[in-house]
Amino acid sequence: MKNTKTLSVSAIENGTVIDHIPAQNLFNVISILGLDQLTESQITFGYNLPSEKLGRKAIIKIADKFFEDIEIDKIALVAPHAKLNIIKNYEVVEKRQVNVPEQIFNIARCMNPKCITNHENIPTKFRVINDGKIKLKCCYCEKDTDIEHMKLIR
Amino acid sequence: MKYKSLVAIDDYSKDDYLEIMDLAAYFEKNPVQKLLEGKVAATLFFEPSTRTRLSFESAVNRLGGKVLGFSDSSQTSVSKGETLKDTILMVGCYVDLIIMRHPLEGAARYASEISKVPIINAGDGANQHPSQCLLDLYSITKTQGTLENLKITMVGDLKYGRTVHSLIMALSHFNPTFSFIAPEELRLPEEYRTFLRKRNIPFEEHTELAPNINDCDILYMTRVQRERFADPLEYEKVKNVYILKNSMLDHTKPNMKILHPLPRVNEISTDVDDNPKAYYFEQAQNGVYTRQAIICKVLQLK
Repeated sequence: MKNTKTLSVSAIENGTVIDHIPAQNLFNVISILGLDQLTESQITFGYNLPSEKLGRKAIIKIADKFFEDIEIDKIALVAPHAKLNIIKNYEVVEKRQVNVPEQIFNIARCMNPKCITNHENIPTKFRVINDGKIKLKCCYCEKDTDIEHMKLIR
Repeated sequence: MKYKSLVAIDDYSKDDYLEIMDLAAYFEKNPVQKLLEGKVAATLFFEPSTRTRLSFESAVNRLGGKVLGFSDSSQTSVSKGETLKDTILMVGCYVDLIIMRHPLEGAARYASEISKVPIINAGDGANQHPSQCLLDLYSITKTQGTLENLKITMVGDLKYGRTVHSLIMALSHFNPTFSFIAPEELRLPEEYRTFLRKRNIPFEEHTELAPNINDCDILYMTRVQRERFADPLEYEKVKNVYILKNSMLDHTKPNMKILHPLPRVNEISTDVDDNPKAYYFEQAQNGVYTRQAIICKVLQLK
């Protein structure tokens, strides 16, 4: 009985399920995808769920919403191992992974306090460098911002 | 007309460098060329840099162009809160070329994205200063006859010195050998050492000056600044180690020349100035010819 109830809250008829999000980055994923701005879709999320790979993971289910690759790849910075399940009529019709994009626009702030983008209203632009560890190279000041110090634009 | 701004040294290819070298040599032989007749250039110096500004303005004047601009943003609408974007768009209505220096890093790249006239970066914070690098290359070409296969020894602040980093990138096209002489605290950053290893460019590192300068073709001196040291005691230990004295030059190669981006404080003793191997004042002179070349290339005049 309890199980059925849980299922009825979390199952969606049509939409997207994003799984394997590191729990501490759930709210970053919500912010990057602008889920807090959606006015129509029903969104449910699970937080601090046990995960063998991540320790604590999060999961987001968004009803009646499908993402373009370019949109979803933005979350690779904070959830590189995220998996997407595309749901149609309660069935998983497609599984997708996220790919680290080559460039990211206006998602993160440059960590260089002397960068022009931190002083004027300029959309940020980074080249993503992935030599084992992901870093963002600012297209303006040319300095690197590492993921640990990355602050998202909200 | 298509144009290409000069923001960073790696905006240019090896061919571009060589083209600038040829053009600079041409302007040195024929300094008065009215190629900018009827054109106006702006020198927007959001922070003061007298030497760089005068050098650019001299270059524009020798080309027959007119200059307007400011040498300090405190007297302009920037101090009223005008954005860089508005300043660049507005000035772009008045001139054919903008030469700008800005204390913030990335300012010139941003300006080049929004400006309808070409931008020459005359320094953006600690980031890029490509005309300095090109005049260094011209000085090397002039004194050695080539940029290829030279041994370049760099001394002083190799950690923060942007001229050092730009010169390493630019010279990497010309099969150099490098030697880096710096205190541990101001050692060349790992990213540049990795870059050199990837390109199979040989380099050595030393902490002592005198014994390590006898085999180089170019001795590139930079200033060791007190404010770069976290521990003032470390500065006191090294400050006199990197002072070049005339007596150290006895066994250096006859073709060797000493370069310095200036201003010098005490890292080159004044007794070196009269040694024919001292080249830093001629280097500044070369800056005018090089900047004439850059202006013409950016505006596609030559």
